Amino acid sequence: MLLQVDGLRKSFGRRVAVDGVGFSLDVGEIVGFLGPNGAGKTTTMRMIAGYLEPDDGEVKVFNIDVAQERRRAQERVGYLPEGAPLYGEMTPWMFLRFVAEARGMTREGARHAVRRAAQDARLGDTIDQPIDTLSKGYRRRVGLAAALLHDPLLLILDEPTDGLDPNQRGAVRDLIKRLGEDRGLIISTHSLEEVEAVCTRAIVIDNGRVVADDTPKALAEKHGSLEAAFRKLTRGEERV
Amino acid sequence: MNLKKQPGLKSMLAIYRRELLSYVTTPTAYVFVAVFLFAIGLFTFQVGGFFERRQAELTYSFFSFHPWIFMVFLPAVSMRLWAEEARSGAIELLLTLPAPTWALVLGKYLAAWTVAAVALVLTFPLWITVNVLSNWHADNAAIFTAYIGSLLMAGAYLAIGSAMSALTPAQIVAFVLAVLISFLLTALGLPLVSDFFSGFVGGGVAEAISRFSILYHFDAAQRGVVEFRSVFYFLSLIALCLGFTALAVDARRGG
Repeated sequence: MLLQVDGLRKSFGRRVAVDGVGFSLDVGEIVGFLGPNGAGKTTTMRMIAGYLEPDDGEVKVFNIDVAQERRRAQERVGYLPEGAPLYGEMTPWMFLRFVAEARGMTREGARHAVRRAAQDARLGDTIDQPIDTLSKGYRRRVGLAAALLHDPLLLILDEPTDGLDPNQRGAVRDLIKRLGEDRGLIISTHSLEEVEAVCTRAIVIDNGRVVADDTPKALAEKHGSLEAAFRKLTRGEERV
Repeated sequence: MNLKKQPGLKSMLAIYRRELLSYVTTPTAYVFVAVFLFAIGLFTFQVGGFFERRQAELTYSFFSFHPWIFMVFLPAVSMRLWAEEARSGAIELLLTLPAPTWALVLGKYLAAWTVAAVALVLTFPLWITVNVLSNWHADNAAIFTAYIGSLLMAGAYLAIGSAMSALTPAQIVAFVLAVLISFLLTALGLPLVSDFFSGFVGGGVAEAISRFSILYHFDAAQRGVVEFRSVFYFLSLIALCLGFTALAVDARRGG
């Protein structure tokens, strides 16, 4: 099992962000996290990536408990934070070299890893341009390349296609599909069409809880369409 | 123990290099160093009366101003260390690296210290001037000791700045807090302040308080005397502040 999440809980002050999330993930699966804003998707992903510590519950990556052995677990996870924060004054080449070396790779190993990840993320000629001058789509790809550097089997991507134009979105989706062939992926998204296009499984989160965990096809059949499922399953604050 | 095999060390060096790079690829480091050199020159020649003294020493015309210039200059160097990471969200990248927190804290801190060291080294024309004017009879051992003392003191101010930077995503808040704490910790050693304290807590206590000040411990160094308790004082202050920085950074994981 790539990933095992059990009874995950996290509160910020009085607000309960994640309230007992549990699921597991295997190689070859691309899981789409669906849910309204503030449902707890990002917080859940942050706990899996070892950025936030859960109040309760357990995350196991390859059977390694993230709370017990955070660094060993983090060596096995690739993570793209929401909004893909980068260092704008660096070029992708410098930035990726930095991440690789900060992950403990040797100089030679880092060079090799950067070349491979840049190719996987299709960075092309942009690799020597300052990140600040790149388009949003390319910046997202740099973030993806950074998550791929150590060739992790588990990838956690928080809104990888958010804010991209249709061409850029298409390119990132192709990449995700390709990566999903021999890895396990979790992506969060607001695009239901994206879930249908790339995900093998959809987990709908609302109010910090998993309210559905099924294939997108099964969810759509049960409720008429994926959009109907989403609307029915989540609290729909916006409903008039 | 093979240091190269220590996993945190590689991460620390990578963080150090990146931080140093960001100082030199953005104008900040150049501006800071230029302003520092301008300020130190102004104080040395205008306030310290370097030429009027006609003495081959740098203690009173040069080194005695360091604490006061450092306490404003160095918080400006250190304010972005953690505040900027928190503001831009890049802290999420750093904290999901399989690296121990100390490696992140130390790497960033050493980069800031390097900027301070470069600024100090660039004051070498003054040292040459003193030597030329005195036909190379200046007490260069004393000057060297004072430089080392100044570097240690700079390290203490930067460590305070690093801790304050870890508390807030706003650089300006980090700056103001660091200047404030640096000022308090320095001014405790002023006769004016210890006289004030001795008025109502007695001379003994006032004396004890002044011994906790940066000024007190820099005093021997600027005169060229190596005092081990002062070296110990600066190193402990640095360790304390960096420990606090690490705690503040790790506290983010708690949410």
